Amino acid sequence: MLYGFSKEAPLEIGMYTLSDHLPNPHTGDRISAQERINEIIELAKLADQAGLDFFGVGESHQTYFVGQAHSIIISAIAQATENIKIGSAASIVSTADPVRLYEDFATIDLISDGRTEIIAGRASRLGVFELLGYKTEDYEALYEERFALLNEINDNEVVNWEGDYRASLENAVILPRPKNNKLPIWRAIGGHMSSAEKAGRAGVPLYLAHLGGTTESYVKLFDAYREAAEDAGHHPEELPTATGGLFYLGESNKAAMKESYPYINNGMMMSNGAGFPKSAFAKADNLDTAINIGEVNFVIDKILDQHERFGNQRYSAQLDFGGVPFKRQMEMVEIIGEKIIPVIKEATSL
Amino acid sequence: MNTVLIAGSNTGRKTRGAIDIAAAALEEIESHVNLQIFDLKEIDHQLADGRNYLDYGGDMTEIASAIMQADAIVIGFPVFQAGIPAALKNVLDLLPRRALLNKSVSIIVTAGSNYHQLVAEYQLRPILNYLKAHVVPSYVFINERHFDGGKIISDDVKLRIHDLVMDTLLLSHGLEAMEKKEEDFLGF
Repeated sequence: MLYGFSKEAPLEIGMYTLSDHLPNPHTGDRISAQERINEIIELAKLADQAGLDFFGVGESHQTYFVGQAHSIIISAIAQATENIKIGSAASIVSTADPVRLYEDFATIDLISDGRTEIIAGRASRLGVFELLGYKTEDYEALYEERFALLNEINDNEVVNWEGDYRASLENAVILPRPKNNKLPIWRAIGGHMSSAEKAGRAGVPLYLAHLGGTTESYVKLFDAYREAAEDAGHHPEELPTATGGLFYLGESNKAAMKESYPYINNGMMMSNGAGFPKSAFAKADNLDTAINIGEVNFVIDKILDQHERFGNQRYSAQLDFGGVPFKRQMEMVEIIGEKIIPVIKEATSL
Repeated sequence: MNTVLIAGSNTGRKTRGAIDIAAAALEEIESHVNLQIFDLKEIDHQLADGRNYLDYGGDMTEIASAIMQADAIVIGFPVFQAGIPAALKNVLDLLPRRALLNKSVSIIVTAGSNYHQLVAEYQLRPILNYLKAHVVPSYVFINERHFDGGKIISDDVKLRIHDLVMDTLLLSHGLEAMEKKEEDFLGF
């Protein structure tokens, strides 16, 4: 498989933060941006020590976020950690110059000794377009052109390129080169079939964010992705896939849902303008859904079931959204290291 | 309780006249509610393009936010070409999916002809249902002959608006009770 992944290797367990900076819904208190950034770096260190495989930081330019300069946070994490793979979750490729983005992440890759990845997203919100001077009507075209150029740079040290949204590149040498000459670049998708198919046609790794709903509904996306890859002449068995979604642990499923719901619902309401319907959230209690919230053994069963049905190489947990107290975040990272990773690695080793 | 009343037209005054009656009824029935009136002829419109409603800014974000925060909504509109006015559809187009979940919504229609009796039923109600609203079963249809100078002159219409507002509030309280019961059932 691409980028050192393999079907035989055990499932990787990672985590990511959207770098949200939301108040604790129970107290209304919000820590400072500085504290939040330091907590993210601290959490990455803990994840590294606990044996997690990946730590990702999201880019967002909205109110209630601190990841505007996400690559700089990831760079600090590169310095603070030893073994864990690190990267974006996701980078907004549509509004970034692919050359600069690549230069940044290749540099972080050298600082981290070859542990860096890019997850390439296209922004869930439009504020960043206005902020950085782009037209929202170019939303799709910008992403496609820039994602293609990013991969072009990854594949070739000398780039000759022409497009609509950036000056042409003529025998351009994009430096530095990452440690292993290439960065893993994932195409991030939400629930759209057409995006999964585009990733397949491009023959690039897929990163699927699953917010809620049934596992079954996402299996269709993996099928579409692999079918499109095959049709375009790529080898789906060579393409790693990863998933990420909401995660929370409690003494029981009910306790986990009860504790996490206010964070997630209020956080979504404040940052995105619409909450998480309670009845949809309560479906976490069902093994066949993709919300990994519950008692630890139940969550392990869900991750394994999803792995079996998706054939993914990595699952990343989002456990800090909506002002979750740092103490709880640390506890959960510890449990992932102590209880979840050993069982998952054992169960998925071939 | 947050209530929002919408006069869903960019022109004319009959719908606003009906909405004012509804507002008065609302304050009379439940005086401590938080009430906001949005008259679509008084706001700056921007055509909805599918972005998150928080990203429009200005009046569009203000009205959409108020709707999202509301527990009960009364929508009044005049019939334009056998349909709902574009200004009203545009406001509905601002909203995310399931925007009206757990909200009580009712309808007041004004029209120049009784032939338009079913416009609310066939045009507005399916949209409100799609947005997961609990729509009050009956609505108030007002013919232009019930108005004089933008004011309602029919006692019957006034009483029907009063009943509609009462039903809207009752349904909203019922939904509140349902949410509590849901908490019991789910345990959180």
